[in-house]
Amino acid sequence: MSDPIPDSTAAIALAPTARPVTAFRRFLSKPLAVAAAIVLALVVLVAIFAPLLAPFDPGASSLKDAFGPADGTHLLGFDSAGRDVFSRLIWGAQNTMSGAGIALIVALVLGIPTGLIAGYYGRWFDSASSWIVNLVMSLPAMVVLLASRAILGPTVWVLMIVMGVLVAPSFFRLVRGIVGNVRNELYVDAARVSGLRDWRIIGRHVFIVVRAPIIIQVALVAGVAIGLQAGLEFLGISSGDTPTWGAMLNEAFQNIQRAPLLLLWPGLALGLTSASLVLLASGLSDVLGERGAPAARRRKNKNAAPADVVPSTSVPAPETRGALLSIRDLAVSYELADGSDREVVHGINLDIEPGEILGLVGESGSGKSQTAFSILGILPEGGSVSRGSVTIQGTEVIGLAEKKHRELRGTVVAYVPQEPMSNLDPSFTIGDQLAEPLRVRLGLSKQAAKARVLELLQMVEIADPARTFAAYPHEISGGMAQRVLIAGAMSCDPDLLVADEPTTALDVTVQAEVLSLLRRLRADRGIGVLIVTHNLGVVADLCDRVAVMQQGRIVEQGTTEQILVTPEHPYTRQLLGAALDGVDARPEWQPRSTEVSA
Amino acid sequence: MTRENSLLEVNDVRVAFGSKGFRKSPNEVLHGVSLDVREGETMGLVGESGSGKTTIGRAILGLAPVSGGEILFQGKRIDNLSARHRRSLSRDIQVVFQDPYTSLNPAISIGDTLSEPLLAQGYTSRDARRRVGQLLDRVSLPADALERLPREFSGGQRQRVAIARALAISPKLIVCDEAVSALDLTTQRTVLELLLEIQEQTGVSYLFISHDLAVVRYMSHRISVIYRGDIVETGTARGVTDNPQNPYTRKLLLSAPIAQPAEQAARRAAYEREFASTPR
Repeated sequence: MSDPIPDSTAAIALAPTARPVTAFRRFLSKPLAVAAAIVLALVVLVAIFAPLLAPFDPGASSLKDAFGPADGTHLLGFDSAGRDVFSRLIWGAQNTMSGAGIALIVALVLGIPTGLIAGYYGRWFDSASSWIVNLVMSLPAMVVLLASRAILGPTVWVLMIVMGVLVAPSFFRLVRGIVGNVRNELYVDAARVSGLRDWRIIGRHVFIVVRAPIIIQVALVAGVAIGLQAGLEFLGISSGDTPTWGAMLNEAFQNIQRAPLLLLWPGLALGLTSASLVLLASGLSDVLGERGAPAARRRKNKNAAPADVVPSTSVPAPETRGALLSIRDLAVSYELADGSDREVVHGINLDIEPGEILGLVGESGSGKSQTAFSILGILPEGGSVSRGSVTIQGTEVIGLAEKKHRELRGTVVAYVPQEPMSNLDPSFTIGDQLAEPLRVRLGLSKQAAKARVLELLQMVEIADPARTFAAYPHEISGGMAQRVLIAGAMSCDPDLLVADEPTTALDVTVQAEVLSLLRRLRADRGIGVLIVTHNLGVVADLCDRVAVMQQGRIVEQGTTEQILVTPEHPYTRQLLGAALDGVDARPEWQPRSTEVSA
Repeated sequence: MTRENSLLEVNDVRVAFGSKGFRKSPNEVLHGVSLDVREGETMGLVGESGSGKTTIGRAILGLAPVSGGEILFQGKRIDNLSARHRRSLSRDIQVVFQDPYTSLNPAISIGDTLSEPLLAQGYTSRDARRRVGQLLDRVSLPADALERLPREFSGGQRQRVAIARALAISPKLIVCDEAVSALDLTTQRTVLELLLEIQEQTGVSYLFISHDLAVVRYMSHRISVIYRGDIVETGTARGVTDNPQNPYTRKLLLSAPIAQPAEQAARRAAYEREFASTPR
């Protein structure tokens, strides 16, 4: 809560790695948060050096000066007892901040270790502590505080300890929730296998993850603590001798008719401090929360840069355009955080004739999914087609109005995604999810839609359509889910199916069945398919033609036979060379001495 | 019961989960599984999702509860060890997990990740630093990787870090749980080569768990095929992949498409002949 700026500069000086600099820079780029941090730093400094800064004793009263105006030495005048308002304000900072500090320390000491233990070990400790926490949280804070004042006496510090106990559950719950997730991370398992003791794992691997959320929570809870404390004092709960902002408010309020200005100073101090804490918390949560993501994105884009791909290897565009799908000079760009653009697909050409299956092959980051998304007009946030043309059955789809595009997606082109399970809504039955678009788009009645869905489920070779219709997504297997999604894609009787890694998440025996299904759909209905995949075996099994994509360019294109049997581009050869299909099985094991000499 | 040359023996092991809830019958995922790994050998374990192959690895590592049978390492029981004995065993048995994105702590630098197991085994920090330098060199990562965080590395590089961590204290057995499944084809191949090279130099044994029969065949001296918690076939890599005896192994083999169109067409024809799904 104290000034974060010296800390961060120290970190930069010690370890000149990228992280502290960027986190600190990101913080600096948030003017509100920086202003809040400066205000808080000032308040803390004032609180610490109150004895030096305050010109007068905050308790020294001279009744003749009561409500006296400001003058050269008494900057803010006198209060009802003739005490110096400015000095009381400064001492109030110290008392208010220490009060909040005590509450925070108590809350942290109680909340964090218990949260760590409950989250990491679970079992009886988790049940017992959660039960207690729920009990504490169900208590009305104000009432408990008033009651403890009656029992324990009017000392502010004791009340602050009680308040610390009351806010401890917020830390407990935060820590326990995060730790419960972290415990199942593979790196925690790896640490256990490495022979680390539990307390080391908790201290290093687990605590480092909860650190940032705790810092944010501290700022928020400090604001709450200051507010509650002031509220108590305003109600007259404190003894009244100690100068605090809340007590000053109380006193000023009693004299609001005579000297309304007295209310202003403590109110301003409280308001500024609380607002700064909230702003700082939100700034911190932005800075610490987004840690990692931008760097990863930058990196990906760097990979996608055309650095080591020779442009001349791009396949030239054929004269005639494909009747079903035709892509000419398509480029996709992403807008970066700094406002510049990064191109991830650098002008590619593709054609699909009706009834043809084209495989788009490449490794991760090659831009193959971006190409598929551009055809469908579903590029993620920040991405856009920067040039080129995509036609589906002769209709240009780049720059097409969203409404028209949606119509096209509903009738001519359909999409089969990679992760079947995450594309089904767990709270609706399969039947509902398939029937709804039919009712909305084709205006079918409930009965007609159901009949059509059963028909579709039968078409994708689901053994018991009626049962699947009534099932929820969690009740069916991954392979079944992919069939359901294919059924959904086929519901509008499309001419073009765009499938993005449709079998990657499936077991190989299930993959074989889904591939059979796609072949049969093509044979029976003559649909064209663009299948995006990294698996050359899938290509060999299913595709008529193949386009090989590397770093945003198509480096080679041809029939499946050409590409897989007589590849010309070095990258295609490299891909095929990495496949383990033709490689001999490992010979039998020999005792070590002979194997080494062999 | 000890077999000749066996480093690790898994005898009739059962693992059940989910007996936590009131009156809930436990869900047994391994129904008496046996396998063994010899010194310097790679034992491949292949199966599909839900087959229990990962659970075997976790049981060996002490991360899953063994409810029946026994696991022997160098002739000594290691199932259900006390936490202290388990920690000392980590000198001998290590792991490389599937997902290089979640198996490294995103907030801890590569150097700290690698020195952690060394420090836990009582290395001084200077010795640990020297050893970490050797390890990075061993897995072909630049020395300046030490100060950096996992997110600055690609999937393949992260997996190299995970391998280096497993190698740190020169174990006798490394459990590779889908160690290359998340990697691109070309990266996958280089990581496999690295594992083979390390085995040749150090004589470490691998239990190589994967869903990909082609990868397992390339890496393993012997292969066990696991299906729904039972091992259905065990044999030499060549025997299991060229002449499978069990129908499930055969199905697994014929389901995996190969990148040569003519051979794939033959393979598919054989698949349709034997396992043609009966629609409707």
